[in-house]
Amino acid sequence: MLTKRIIACLDVNAGRVVKGVQFKQLRDAGDPAELAAAHSKAGADEVVLLDISATHEKRTTLADTVRRTARQLFIPFTVGGGIRSLDDVIAVFEAGADKISINSAALADPSLITRIADRYGSQAIIVAIDAKRVNGEARFEAYVSGGRNPTGRDAVDWAREAEERGAGEILLTSMDCDGTGAGFDCDLTRACSEGLNIPVIASGGGGDTQSFVDVFERGRADAALAASIFHFGLHRLGDLKQELQSAGIPVRWPC
Amino acid sequence: MIAVVDYRAGNLTSVKKALDHLRADAIVTGDPEVVAQADKIILPGVGHFSSTAILEQSGLRTAILHRINHGALFLGVCVGMQWMFECSAEAPGIPGLGLFPGACGRFTKSVKSPHVGWNSLTCHDESRLLRGIRSGSFVYFTHSYSAPVVKQTVARCEYGGEFSAAVEQDNLFGVQFHPEKSGALGLKLLENFCCLSC
Repeated sequence: MLTKRIIACLDVNAGRVVKGVQFKQLRDAGDPAELAAAHSKAGADEVVLLDISATHEKRTTLADTVRRTARQLFIPFTVGGGIRSLDDVIAVFEAGADKISINSAALADPSLITRIADRYGSQAIIVAIDAKRVNGEARFEAYVSGGRNPTGRDAVDWAREAEERGAGEILLTSMDCDGTGAGFDCDLTRACSEGLNIPVIASGGGGDTQSFVDVFERGRADAALAASIFHFGLHRLGDLKQELQSAGIPVRWPC
Repeated sequence: MIAVVDYRAGNLTSVKKALDHLRADAIVTGDPEVVAQADKIILPGVGHFSSTAILEQSGLRTAILHRINHGALFLGVCVGMQWMFECSAEAPGIPGLGLFPGACGRFTKSVKSPHVGWNSLTCHDESRLLRGIRSGSFVYFTHSYSAPVVKQTVARCEYGGEFSAAVEQDNLFGVQFHPEKSGALGLKLLENFCCLSC
């Protein structure tokens, strides 16, 4: 049976893992290569490295950090942040990434999705979408540039277009829930997951075990991503997977 | 020497990295003459079946078949395994090697595609490649097309129906999942391949 994935995310700024609350207030959380290896050992199903400062500072992804992190990692490794062109994509794959994640660049030029998919296959491309509720209702708007700029695009509608253009997965972050630990936005996740035929990774708000159970059951997520709860030892990955298994969620456990 | 065939398709770095970790004598090459010298050949691949067309054009297909016929051990991964079958619905005009019978097809509409994530194996035969890997073990998959279950199938997987997760016959081996991305278990499989003798 295909299991639900727990993905550990490393938000990286200047070669260090950091964690912000609602896209602001960065705190240092350690070395990316060390943390990635530790997460893999603890039972993470995948690791995602997002260079969070890349887009607005127009920097390219830190190839050295990617290379160093990839070296001892034998589970799927996704890299995102600052990827703007096919050349950026090639550089990231050559540094050891298995998948790339694009956000702002895909919205600016949706044909980039198709060009990457044609060259590397759909399974290698994740379109990341930062979404925020409109007036607190169950409508969601896509934002770009690390959550700085609204696009006017409906997030679910954009996810559907990304799928049609060749995206293999959607990484869907709730800006309202991100960093709060108060639970994922199950309405957002479900709207996207049910409207699409590709896997949806829920992100933003992961806290206690019940929040993960909820996003898999009510939110219909295929995978759930979290960062700070793992880095700061608030939740041990192995314990989380064991508890999910007890709650009837299919997970890869023991690893 | 293990030749990891470079045909510009995806996960070469990952496969080479895993082999380096195992201290295997492996080189990445797109040169048919180098492949023609190899004791073992690994054909990785993430991506589109049509990318295998380059194997024909570059002379690699001939070199690979020549080595296989002389007993070299061959391991196809993902699209590399699919290429060992007759053809794929993903690129109908491009023939596979036809080492295993049947055509690769798309997943049914009842499940999301691509099939991404960790799924369990049902191992149902004595397999040299899967030695030490038990039924129920989880490995990492990412693909939209899959190969049918055939008599050479040594591990099956279920996702909207059953498909071949691993095939094996004499010196020929194929895995649909990614051993280089399947943690300790995947490394075990690659180690098994490295330790096999012709």
